[in-house]
Amino acid sequence: MSEPVAFDRRDFIRGAAAAAFAGGAYALVGEKGDDMLWQLDPNKCTQCGRCTTHCVLPHSAVKCLNQFNICGYCDLCFGYLQPGSRDRDTGAENQLCPTAAIKRTFIEDPYYEYIIDEEKCIGCAKCVKACLVFGNASFYLQIRQDICINCNECSIAKACPSDSFMKVPAHTPYIYLTGDFESTISKPSGDPHQPQTTLGPKEESAAI
Amino acid sequence: MRQFKSIAVSTLLLVPALVSGAAEMRFPPPDFQTSYKLPDLYVPPSASSNGMWDAIILFLALAATTWMVFKARSRKGLFILSIFSLAYFGFYRTGCICPVGSTQNVMAGIFLPDVGVSVAVLSFFVMPLLFSLFFGRVFCASVCPLGAMQELVAIAPIRISPALDRTLGLGRYIYLGLAVLGVATGSGFFICRYDPFVGIYRLGHSYGMIMAGAVILVLGVFVARPYCRFLCPYGILLGWMSRFSKWHLDIPPSPCVNCRLCENSCPYNAIDMPTPQHLVENPEVGKKRIRGLVFASPVIIAVGAIAGYSMYEPLSRIHPTVTLSERIAAEDAGVVTGDTLESRTFRAGGQTAAQLNTEANGIREKFKTGGMWLGGFLGLIISLKLIGLSTVPKREIYTPHKETCFSCGRCYPYCPVEAVPKRA
Repeated sequence: MSEPVAFDRRDFIRGAAAAAFAGGAYALVGEKGDDMLWQLDPNKCTQCGRCTTHCVLPHSAVKCLNQFNICGYCDLCFGYLQPGSRDRDTGAENQLCPTAAIKRTFIEDPYYEYIIDEEKCIGCAKCVKACLVFGNASFYLQIRQDICINCNECSIAKACPSDSFMKVPAHTPYIYLTGDFESTISKPSGDPHQPQTTLGPKEESAAI
Repeated sequence: MRQFKSIAVSTLLLVPALVSGAAEMRFPPPDFQTSYKLPDLYVPPSASSNGMWDAIILFLALAATTWMVFKARSRKGLFILSIFSLAYFGFYRTGCICPVGSTQNVMAGIFLPDVGVSVAVLSFFVMPLLFSLFFGRVFCASVCPLGAMQELVAIAPIRISPALDRTLGLGRYIYLGLAVLGVATGSGFFICRYDPFVGIYRLGHSYGMIMAGAVILVLGVFVARPYCRFLCPYGILLGWMSRFSKWHLDIPPSPCVNCRLCENSCPYNAIDMPTPQHLVENPEVGKKRIRGLVFASPVIIAVGAIAGYSMYEPLSRIHPTVTLSERIAAEDAGVVTGDTLESRTFRAGGQTAAQLNTEANGIREKFKTGGMWLGGFLGLIISLKLIGLSTVPKREIYTPHKETCFSCGRCYPYCPVEAVPKRA
């Protein structure tokens, strides 16, 4: 195996192939060679509910967010309450969420805070749709990057009817809504995506 | 400034400044009288950023396999490495990213202008190929999680006839061609979508894919490595590299004694036997046949290309936009009744059916070119295979076929020459 071999045609082919790999690799990585993660664009999302069922994980990596600076803190929250529910309270029969993942807390009259329990949320988007239709649209879906296993082809992306899924660079892994939901972000690059723009640098590091 | 200020700065006390923004919000953000502070958004960082570690582990696994194949010559060692690869790349890392699938990322990087390939993914694609270029298909031996799974279940392998083996083996080329076509036209990553084992690694998938995985595994008990031999698109690239490999697994470490003991050891038909006397024919006849085939090959390629071109319409249905456009047209024409979630979503959006149709036509055009390339590629492969079949190289000893050999080491225990140095 270690005997010196004369340089022959096959050595040349091997050398050429190795060089082609190196050159090709360099050209491919280039500037676009970021690590990419899947994310969904809340502006394109139509709340069809497929995120719940099409993720390869037993519990979908897509979860709901409530962006507090958009939330109206309404007493009559359509994202929280079942349409036509008799009482505005935390009774199970009044809740829209099938897994009771939204926690309603009284803040001050007439405001209530709504916090989503990550463990329970299944990403069904029922609350998202209701808040979009009747409220401020502060609920929206995002892929939780700590849960997502980043499949090479996302199964939900394949099933998504509105083409909301895209790959975003790993350093900006979320697409936040800003306060102005009419002209929110739809492209994975640009300042509005930087977490500090919408959240402030302090908030980014501090998690609940 | 229509955007809200940072929450840290104001707990939304700047309401007058937000009038224009608030105009679009049905309910103005509350002006809290109490000391309530808006909670922070919970946005965890990514957990799956250990791509470079995986690449390092892949390199170590490849190196260990190479050592097992060449130095230790241990089938047992390769078997243990298979179990490790299945456990780590398969079950722990849930099969993503794997070198087989990375082929598509690289193709996307080549064909699609705005797609890049990360260093980790690229090293997953390139490393097994480079190892193959120097040491043969050591990646297949015991690093690939798909191969490892099939290697572990191949308990009672039977040998199938080489003719059937070769014919079914063409399936890999069709799969590779379709996968590249799918990526180049932006239709999706079909190798990942139809990966039969990923559902087993993740302990959950669609019913169809779980069944496909189960069928391949059951089949794999008797026909060893059916996926690798008849479907794996990456295996083709590895085979091309391995054909020119500098070193390759040898059955006997020292001169072959032609004892014929290894003849039946390989379930993959990857051992080339010494050329039987009756096959050594008059060279003139052989030369004439090869000449005929070489002249026929442009015709085969052209026929393939034309066939591929004319197949563009059914081929283009692998693209979701084309399927949607056809569905919308059928609904509008009243051919089908009812609607699907896709068509409902489309109608709720701003695009018109005509716009969608124009877009679909653009994609169909791509499939005309792509189909032509696919057909031409398959024609080229068929003519090369025919030329290869009509050459009978003279061999006097048993050698592994460099392109198809998985370097799995099943033949080691059969070789008596192997045992000699140990006794001495």
